[in-house]
Parts: sequence; C-alpha cells; structure tokens
Amino acid sequence: MISLAGRDISHAWGKFVFTGIGLGLLIGVTLSMAGIYRGMVDDAKALLDNSGADLWVVQQDTLGPYAESSSIYDDQYRGILSMAGVARAANVTYFTMQVRLGDNDVRAMVVGIVPGGPGQPGYLVAGRHITRSHYEAVADMATGFALGDRIRIRRNLYTVVGLTRRMVSSGGDPMVFIPLKDAQEAQFLKDNDAIVQQRRRTAANPAFDRPSVPGLLDAVIASQSTNPYVNAVLVQLKPGHGPDQVADTIRRWKRLQVYTRMEMEKILVGKLIATSARQIGMFLVILSVVSAAIVAFIIYTLTLGKIREIAVLKLIGTKNRTIAGMILQQAVALGIIGFIVGKTAAFFWAPVFPKYVLLLPGDAVRGFLAVMMICVLASVLAIRVALKVDPAEAIGG
Amino acid sequence: MADICESGICIESLRKRYGKGETAVDALKGVDMQVAPGEVVGLIGPSGSGKSTLLKCLGAVIEPTGGRMILGGGVIYDDGWKISDLRALRRDKIGFIFQAPYLIPFLNVTDNVALLPMLAGKANGDARKRALELLDALDVVHRAKAMPPQLSGGEQQRVAIARALVNRPPVILADEPTAPLDSERALSVIEILNQMARQYETAIIVVTHDEKIIPTFKRIYQIRDGHTQETAGEGKMVHNTKNGLLSA
Repeated sequence: MISLAGRDISHAWGKFVFTGIGLGLLIGVTLSMAGIYRGMVDDAKALLDNSGADLWVVQQDTLGPYAESSSIYDDQYRGILSMAGVARAANVTYFTMQVRLGDNDVRAMVVGIVPGGPGQPGYLVAGRHITRSHYEAVADMATGFALGDRIRIRRNLYTVVGLTRRMVSSGGDPMVFIPLKDAQEAQFLKDNDAIVQQRRRTAANPAFDRPSVPGLLDAVIASQSTNPYVNAVLVQLKPGHGPDQVADTIRRWKRLQVYTRMEMEKILVGKLIATSARQIGMFLVILSVVSAAIVAFIIYTLTLGKIREIAVLKLIGTKNRTIAGMILQQAVALGIIGFIVGKTAAFFWAPVFPKYVLLLPGDAVRGFLAVMMICVLASVLAIRVALKVDPAEAIGG
Repeated sequence: MADICESGICIESLRKRYGKGETAVDALKGVDMQVAPGEVVGLIGPSGSGKSTLLKCLGAVIEPTGGRMILGGGVIYDDGWKISDLRALRRDKIGFIFQAPYLIPFLNVTDNVALLPMLAGKANGDARKRALELLDALDVVHRAKAMPPQLSGGEQQRVAIARALVNRPPVILADEPTAPLDSERALSVIEILNQMARQYETAIIVVTHDEKIIPTFKRIYQIRDGHTQETAGEGKMVHNTKNGLLSA
C-alpha cells in the first residue's frame, strides 16, 4: 500500500521542511529552557563539590552561607578542629561583587579561602594555587581573566596566579578566590572618609575616651577596623565518621548550625533555585502549549487544503483509519523534523548562553516523547475534520 | 428488464426526501431507470431537477427514502440498505468520474490509478500493472510518472477514467465529465467511455448539461421534478483517434 502521508510530504517537502524548521526552533528553545534548569542544578552541585566540604558550619538559625547570610567568629574553626571525626576545617567567606580589570568589570563571587584548606579550588587549568597571604587570586575561566592580570577588588589589586574551571556560584557567577584575610577586609571595608568619621565619633564618646583607662580608645578603634567574622567553616571528615554524627556534636557543643552535603543540596535546589525552576517550568508549559497549538494549526490547515481530495478518497472507498493515519503520520513527521532541528539548534546555541546550559540525553528523550504526544494530540482536531468530510462533497450538485 | 437487473443498473420507484414536515422537499419522486452492461446512457435535466441526488443515491453516499436499487446484479437498496459496508461497495462495484478529475495531487498518474486496487488489498505490483494497462488503453501511458498538475485537462480526465475502471466495476457514474473540456476533447472522452463500456461490460450513466455530447447517447433519461423520462438519443458515432482528435 502506498504511504499517502509520505507521498504528500515528499510532494510538498518545502512546506513541511520550512514548517518543521519553524517548529524546531521553538522546540530548540524548549529544550534550552530545560537545559538552563539542569545547568542551574548542576551549578549548585558544582558549588558544593568544588568546596570539598563534608559539613558546612554556619550561624545558628540560618540557611547560610549560600541561601542566607551567615556570620560566625573566625576563631570558631579551632574548636571545631578539635572535635572527634574532624580532619580539616577552614574559614570561608563569600560575597558577590563587580571585579574590575582595567576599565571593565565582571560580576563574580569572591571567595575568601585559607590557602591549602577546604574551599580551595580542586583543580587548576593554568598557573598555581594561592601561596601568599595577600593580593593573589585564582579565577574561573568564565571571568575572562588571564594569568598575570591585575584585578581590583574594592581598593586593592590582586594578581591572577591561577585559572580554574566550573567554579561558579549557585547563580552561575564565576568565582574569584582570594586569601581569607583579604576577603574579610574587603567584605566590610569602608571608604576612608567613613573610617575617619567613625574614629572621630568614637573618640568623642566619653565612654571610650576615658583618661583613667589608657589604651581603651585605641583598642575600641582597632576592633572597629577589623572584621573578625567569616560566613562559614568548611569541615572535612576523617574516614569512618558519619557526617550526621559529627554534625550533631558540633551543633551541641558550638551552638552553631551544621549542614551535611545532602541537606545543603536540598537547600540549594529546593529553596535557592526553586523559584527559578518554577519560572522555567512555566515557560516549558507555555512553550509546549504554543508548540501544540502551532502543530495543530499547521496540520489543521494542511487538512483543510485537502478536503476535496479526502472526499474523493472516501468516495472511492478509502477507510477512515487510512485517512486518519495519513494525518497522524504527517503530524508525527512534522514533530520528528521539528525535534531534529530543535535538538541541533539547542546543541549549537547552548554554549553561547552566558549561563551554563546542560543538555541531558534523558531530557532529549523526554522531550522527543513529549513532542510526539503533542503531535498526536494536535492531529486529533484535523482528524475529526477529515472524518466528518462527506464523500458526497466529491459529487457536485 | 430482468436481464439488465442481473448485471447492470436497475432502479425502481426510487424516492428521496430531504427534510421533514412542512419543509420537506421531494428530490426524487419515484425514479425508474435501467442501464445494460456495456451501455452508456445520458442523464439530463435542468438544475435542481434531482440529477446529483440520483447520482449520490446510486453512489451509495446518501440513503434514499424508498424504492429499490440493483447494481451489478446485487440488490443494494430495497427500502433500506442491503449492504452493510457501503465503502467497500463503492470501492469494488462503482467507478466515479467527476466534473473535474480530482486526481490526488501528491500521487503520480500510475499511483492515482493503482490506489484503488491497493485499497482493495491487491499487491502493489499487480495494482500498478493493471493501472499501466488501462493507461495504455486510454493513451496516457507515456505520462505514467507525471504528477497531475503536469497533465492537460484531457489527460487528467483520461486518468480519472482509468481510475474509475481499474477495479473493473460493473457500474460507472460520471458527473458532467466533459464540463471543463473543449468540444474535441469532450467527444473524445465520450468515445472512450463507450469503448470502455463495451470492452469491460460496464454500465455507465453520464450526467451532463453538455449540448455537444447529448447527441452521442443512444438512450437518454431526462429528469424533471423528481421523475425520469426515457427518450431515444441520436447515438451519433464518434471515432477516437490515438492522438485524441476525432471526427463526429
């Protein structure tokens, strides 16, 4: 038996191919949206993986350090280090800012790390790790910085000594690692005028400027000029110690909040990017509905253009299922063309996106099934019209 | 009449009413008609006289209100359909030729003709072979691979005739088959129908308004106000030539 759908498609291949390309670009956008969501989840996981931590110790009653701000004293890590099961512990700070290079600036998450401690980038693609206590930086390649670049963070210049890859914040901003002390200073650094004014106000306060207590004023001013806080302590465990058990110990004795890797992943995926995920989900639904409407409209229009032929086919004895099959096959063919175009388009344009777009084969399979389902549903309207065609229409009168 | 009913078209007291109650219209009020196998008869009448209704009833696309219809020796209607699968009836027992050829635009000439036997379950090879035989008989085999829009009007109509004949139906219903053609090609089509009717023992009814071809019928049924009246036609012979030209 002749494939009526195949013949119709090959007869009007231009119409089908161009319609398929149009539909394909829409499918490509849909696949890319799914890829953007996957990329966000992957960024979040990369953030956790790259920190190299088993536990995150943060301020009590906060979801820090990524989802909420957290502030703990920078000497807390010593007590944590002494606890059973803790192999290594190091302070870490995070803040997002515009990092300047010459006249340009790049949005980046600046991470203050203890050189050699947890939180340091796991691997480098060029250069070396930070070895000095000040004014050296390791940057993610996505910043566009090169080895030897002099970048400005607040008022200080840092030399890029190493480059790393896939070190991004949960928002997709590339990371710039600098020594912890510099980061602590940069985090709450005031401008010079503000510092002078603060010192004058402190000196004018009789409670601090007491002739009977020499050195008090200097001590107060010194305490105001330093930042003794960090955002979190990253903890690595000794082999054989469970994260929950160690976390309980830290919570009990240090009165701090402790998150395990699993809990932190839940916070990042479930809370931090949940709104974005819902947003993307809405887009996916809308794009699916639009795709379905387009396929339905195209197939419906193509069918309306063949009403006379369908009437003739029915009059000469063609079964309804043959006609329905023809329309269904055309809708599916359109979907297949669209999917191939969409997948190819998404493959080529995904790397151009500023944020990471992760196209998973599983999503492609799910997308293909969804496209097929949409095409089948979209052909229902056209099939209904075709089945209602009266064979008598082929005869005049 | 008994002989005709055994293998041709036999219609007795056929009635068709559209609508109900006061708005009902009787399109056919008791039509009688017989067409013998191998015979081509004309069906003429003014617009709205019931020609198309009669054709649709004969073509099993609308149900008559009453009467009896015998096609190819089988009773298909006797105050109700006697055949459950009307689609198969149309496919196997009735050939249709339309005012315009209505060829399937995305199938080539051979496949337009071969489609019917394929629908009837014949193997593709056999169906195409049969189609090519008919196209040869109708002198369009040289366009076998052409697409319908590439054919002239006359060629398209010959392909449509081949399609109507391909399943060797005992009955062919032609609805103004010469309307879009000039005189020469119109007469050529009628000659082809006569030739095919004789060759395949097919009973053919040709609905027409075309003054040019009316003289070619030996018998004509005139339909008026839902009734048919048989008249003798002139039965002028038309000689078809291979190149489509003719002399009347």
